[in-house]
Amino acid sequence: MGAGHGHTLHFHGHSAVHRAPAHLKILALLTFVLVVVATPREWYPVFALHLALVVGVAVVSRVPAVYLLKRMVVEVPFVVFAVLLPFVAHGPRTDVLGLSLSESGLLGAWGLLVKGTLGVLASLVLAATTEPQDLLVGLQRLRLPSQLVQIMGFMVRYLEVVTTEMHRMRIARESRGFVARNPRHWPVLARSMGALFIRSYERGERVHLAMLSRGYTGELPR
Amino acid sequence: MSVPVLDVQGLAYAYPDGHQALFGVDLHVHRGERVALLGPNGAGKTTFVLHLNGILTAGAGTVSVSGLAVEKANVAEIRRRVGVVFQDPDDQLFMGTVRADVAFGPANLGLTRAEVDHRVVTALEAVGMAEHADRPPHHLSFGQRRRVAVATVLAMQPEILVLDEPSSNLDPASRRELADIVRSLDVTVLMVTHDLPYALELCPRSVVLSGGAVVADGATYDVLVDEELMRAHRLELPFGFDPRTTRNPRIDGTLAP
Repeated sequence: MGAGHGHTLHFHGHSAVHRAPAHLKILALLTFVLVVVATPREWYPVFALHLALVVGVAVVSRVPAVYLLKRMVVEVPFVVFAVLLPFVAHGPRTDVLGLSLSESGLLGAWGLLVKGTLGVLASLVLAATTEPQDLLVGLQRLRLPSQLVQIMGFMVRYLEVVTTEMHRMRIARESRGFVARNPRHWPVLARSMGALFIRSYERGERVHLAMLSRGYTGELPR
Repeated sequence: MSVPVLDVQGLAYAYPDGHQALFGVDLHVHRGERVALLGPNGAGKTTFVLHLNGILTAGAGTVSVSGLAVEKANVAEIRRRVGVVFQDPDDQLFMGTVRADVAFGPANLGLTRAEVDHRVVTALEAVGMAEHADRPPHHLSFGQRRRVAVATVLAMQPEILVLDEPSSNLDPASRRELADIVRSLDVTVLMVTHDLPYALELCPRSVVLSGGAVVADGATYDVLVDEELMRAHRLELPFGFDPRTTRNPRIDGTLAP
């Protein structure tokens, strides 16, 4: 079993940021994101302040910058959308490097980009400094309904089991000469996904049986 | 004779789709016994196990554990008395850490925090996994996860430990370690398996389930050397294994000459 160690987002460390209680970190992230989103996009210097704050926390946490930057690729779809905005938006236009761009589009793109980037960066810092298990404990302390915390807990626990299973299914497919190259192959992928869904569903039932066998009545012990 | 730990009489069961899996199973297991339940794939072994702790309800017949009938009203106490270790440890271990997982059962019993902690430590020590208490289950090897799965059930201090295919997917070293653990436990064991050498090594007595009924019940050695019986019920000894020539000091004195 190729059980990887640690979640891909978590960076092991012992800094003050790592040690801070998870529920405080979650609250801080939430507040920070709300403030960033609420900041009018024309207040340019304030964004520099926001950025300085996140970078400051990242430096204290001793998580390497490269580590965080690599993981920022999740933002790419938003970046693409933001880059398109100046080209497709209406209103007065301005010339940048010989291109005629929409002014409101540029501003919109800036707003989207800066707020998105700050949000993603702050979330990555939280994820890099907090074990998924501690995050769950933090959410529980913040009085998130226990059903939701339970569901997230199962997700954390079984994410790897399901992705390993998916990986094995792909290897088994490819071992029989199948490689998905074009849309004609999609029905096969769809059937694989269906099989994976059913397997996961059945595993869910077996987990539930195993829980009942140990006296589960609907509440997880604290 | 004393009240058997496990007393199954005339147990029959048909799945909701009409497929009948068990046709009148009788089985008695007494305190301190280690019994192997043998049978080919599809013999109804797992269905049988799910009756022992009230997950499935008997269509006909009765199951009782130390004199307490398995029925809706007693289900909580029954699940304390019967500890089932399922075949896939990933089904059994679902909490974030080994410690939390082993604590799950005792906490459901409503024990105090101190009692739960004590049971967790004792159970993990019994399977040699105490030092891994704070690791997430998915970081453990398969053999370690199986041992933790045994601990999750031991922590409930069951009267009978039911192991479903305990040796499946284990490498020979993990398999031997698990055997050592099972031998060291002071608890009644029902081991469901088609790993015949493992049954001979651990269980003095074997019961053969085939086609949803008990077809043999006796000393494991006698069952394994009865070629006719074995052939009739799709039980085969692995290549090169012959109980007659196996001399293993660890086998609990059940070996014939």
